[in-house]
Amino acid sequence: MASEEQLSAIKIDMDTIEVSNLNRQFLFRQKHVGQSKAKVAREAVLKFKPDIKITPYHANVKDPEFNVDFFKQFNVVLNGLDNLDARRHVNRLCLASGVPLVESGTTGFLGQVTVHVKGKTECYECQPKPAPKTYPVCTITSTPTKFVHCIVWAKDLLFAKLFGNKNQENDLNVRSTDASSSSEHTEDVFEHRVDEDVEQYGRRIFDHVFGYNIEVALRNEETWKNRNKPRPVYTRDALPPRPIEQNGNKDKASNTGDPSSVSAMASLGLKNPQDLWSLRENSEVFLEALRLFFLKREKEIGQLGFDKDDQLAVEFVTSAANIRATSFGIPLHSLFEAKGIAGNIVHAVATTNAIIAGLIVLEAMKVLQNDVKSYRMTYCLEHPSRKMLLMPVEPFEPNKSCYVCSETPLTLEINTHRSKLRDFVEKIVKAKLGMSLPLIMHGVALLYEVGDDLEEDEVANYAANLDKVLSELPSPVTGGTILTVEDLQQELKCSINIKHREEFDEEKEPDGMVLSGWTPALATEKNKTSDNGPSSSNASQTVPLEPEDDDEIEIILKDPEILSAGKKRKSTDISVAADSEISSVTGAMLTKSKVEADDSHSDVMVDGNLDTNKKKRVQ
Amino acid sequence: MGKEGEELTEQETAIYDRQIRVWGVDAQRRLSKSHIFVSGLKGTVIEFCKNIVLAGVGSLMLNDDRLVTEELLSANFLVPSDENVTRGKSLAELCCESLKDFNPMVSVSVEKGDLANFDVEFFQKFDAVVISCCSLLTKKSVNAKCRKSPRRVAFYSVECRDSCGEIFVDLQNYSYSKKKNEETIECQLQYLSFEEAIAVPWRSLPRRTSKLYFAMRVIERFEELEKRNPQDVSAGDLPNVLKLRKELCEAQCMNESQIPDLLLQRLLAARVEFPPVCAIIGGVLGQEVIKAISGKGDPLKNFFLFDAMDGKGIIEDISNINN
Repeated sequence: MASEEQLSAIKIDMDTIEVSNLNRQFLFRQKHVGQSKAKVAREAVLKFKPDIKITPYHANVKDPEFNVDFFKQFNVVLNGLDNLDARRHVNRLCLASGVPLVESGTTGFLGQVTVHVKGKTECYECQPKPAPKTYPVCTITSTPTKFVHCIVWAKDLLFAKLFGNKNQENDLNVRSTDASSSSEHTEDVFEHRVDEDVEQYGRRIFDHVFGYNIEVALRNEETWKNRNKPRPVYTRDALPPRPIEQNGNKDKASNTGDPSSVSAMASLGLKNPQDLWSLRENSEVFLEALRLFFLKREKEIGQLGFDKDDQLAVEFVTSAANIRATSFGIPLHSLFEAKGIAGNIVHAVATTNAIIAGLIVLEAMKVLQNDVKSYRMTYCLEHPSRKMLLMPVEPFEPNKSCYVCSETPLTLEINTHRSKLRDFVEKIVKAKLGMSLPLIMHGVALLYEVGDDLEEDEVANYAANLDKVLSELPSPVTGGTILTVEDLQQELKCSINIKHREEFDEEKEPDGMVLSGWTPALATEKNKTSDNGPSSSNASQTVPLEPEDDDEIEIILKDPEILSAGKKRKSTDISVAADSEISSVTGAMLTKSKVEADDSHSDVMVDGNLDTNKKKRVQ
Repeated sequence: MGKEGEELTEQETAIYDRQIRVWGVDAQRRLSKSHIFVSGLKGTVIEFCKNIVLAGVGSLMLNDDRLVTEELLSANFLVPSDENVTRGKSLAELCCESLKDFNPMVSVSVEKGDLANFDVEFFQKFDAVVISCCSLLTKKSVNAKCRKSPRRVAFYSVECRDSCGEIFVDLQNYSYSKKKNEETIECQLQYLSFEEAIAVPWRSLPRRTSKLYFAMRVIERFEELEKRNPQDVSAGDLPNVLKLRKELCEAQCMNESQIPDLLLQRLLAARVEFPPVCAIIGGVLGQEVIKAISGKGDPLKNFFLFDAMDGKGIIEDISNINN
């Protein structure tokens, strides 16, 4: 980008550099690991292009300082983001400020670049985005059939139960205790008793979750009529008869000061993360990882969340998932593979990023010349379609029923006597509408608001409102009410017609409310990523939707076959989910002021252009 | 593909984590043992070098004795913009220093000399040879030398002119396995040499063959006839190029409209490289070399053509129909 444009650019990136970035980042070196991406990238670019002005922001693009006025100073915004949430946010700010957006994403050999200009092309949210995969709770708790189910169980239930926030709801024992009369008793099982030996505690947990719980589940014969019965696994089966007692030895191995370097693999002498562990090895890793958490990282227990860069957490989850997989006759996986599934890791190579970065610049140049007719969405494919490896497609027109770029009212079916304002805020306003600083109004009455500048009594008022059911709010919300929901930072405002409904289907409508008129997320089941990547883990997500830091963005890819049949712009386009990232071009923006102020610079920019006959000055 | 050689080190596993998830450990291991040669270090080849050094090839040898000029650096992010650093050093030497810094696990070196003078023994040390900015004659002869090597040397040539780019691939007889519907199938591909490919009669090619393919042949032939240095053409050459187009089209029984004036004009006029196109072509080329070395994925056969004007990146199989 920089060698082409003699303009000033602004980079916003909240991330710091990690070792796993180095395989595709020519701006970063080993010695930069841990530093701000935005700052290091700036320094690297200045080395070969000293005359460019770059302002780095080591910050989250969702921070309030990057408001509509901030965005208005740019001619174009280039997204190289790695998550849906930030993409939606930037899309809204670009719409509100009228600044064109060049959006991009890659995964493995696949990538895409799209252009979004208000009123001229569809916005980023005009078309449904594939939703992260979710699984029915009972599949996870009782009847797993795939390794990913075991991973979700190990990560979101067992790990969360043992090391996470104790107050959080947890379905770990949901089904297994149904058949058991002693549900009170099982609650205590996970508590580490004050005088209990950690080794002993680990074995007790092991026997409970892999042995006892499976036996309890087996009592419910109805469940297993058409399924293979699981096999309970106890420590006495999985491990040699006597406990491993050389604690002294193991402690020596891991007796370093830094708790983040604690590793069960290291203390057990397991080296290769690609190896498949036997049941015994998995059991040893499980007990050792659990032991190390209590011995070396006790302070963090009760507040830990799974993090793919936390070695010990990955070890624990891998071993637990493998032991569970053994019970259910599911093939085991290596730590490397398990980490990819649990961490939702995006496959990324330098070549695709280079291609997409080049395409981003091409589109940005067209935007700067206002060459609207030439705008293209371009897909980078792994297998050619109609001889094309890089496939340009004309951008679609704005979707008239898009709740983001048009003013279509939404309808929400909800039980106004049972649902609380909190449910509405969390499940609809935040999760579905993607607002981060929402304001909710009923006529002129403010029901809820977020912000730093609120008075204490307001904060208390809103907090109280959150726990009230809709129909009992100070300004009651019932069937026929029209709510206005607004995000002041995103300058997005929607109207929602409330319809009261008494009952909801627990499996099909787990939110207990249904939003319509909103472009819903597609189920990932329909996706066609399988032949494009080595792993199906890509399309998989976990029960609770928890964003990881460098993963999980969705891209929509028009099915090449459909396009080749000449049926462009049909709503039947199949979408392909893919995680994506273009980190080398993260959030770069060109500033308008510079272009306007300096004629010679805008000349330089137009030079080397695609078509000498079509040269147009900026403006 | 059985396991071969030693395991990847912990450091390799950590740095290459995201790409091992794309092509697997075996492919990464093969990559780390491969030797690549490049000649003609302009923007596209620079992009290519960056990509394969980051990906972790075993070694990369650079050949380009030219001294640095402003024009040569227009799309080169490897060379610092500081005359005190660049003075008296060849392009290859300067690029070598930067590339080493990109990935200390890759051995990067410089080979001085004229590309045309390297012999079969020289080329047979490499798994892949990538050349650019050289005459048609040199292109043909290097390709022929690679073919004479007792072990297969994958040959690639790449040219960017204006906002257009072309990659040529010769993998000779190439067999690889791929997965289709859970089954692993063996595939075989037969490639033509560059000389053979461009000799395929135009009228025997499919009607919708990319216009850029023909235009590149006209310019390439023009440079050869006029004994020009590679890419030493300008807008002033257009009348003579149009004359040559007429002759070639008549000889090949093809309508001249298959090679539009405007396209030729663009290809001739470009003095400065166009970095986004370098990034795109260098990216595709990097991917192809990685595919050929790792034996994973369908390799490109045998031309790739990209024109930023329409944004299409097209694969053309230029072979004899009987083949």
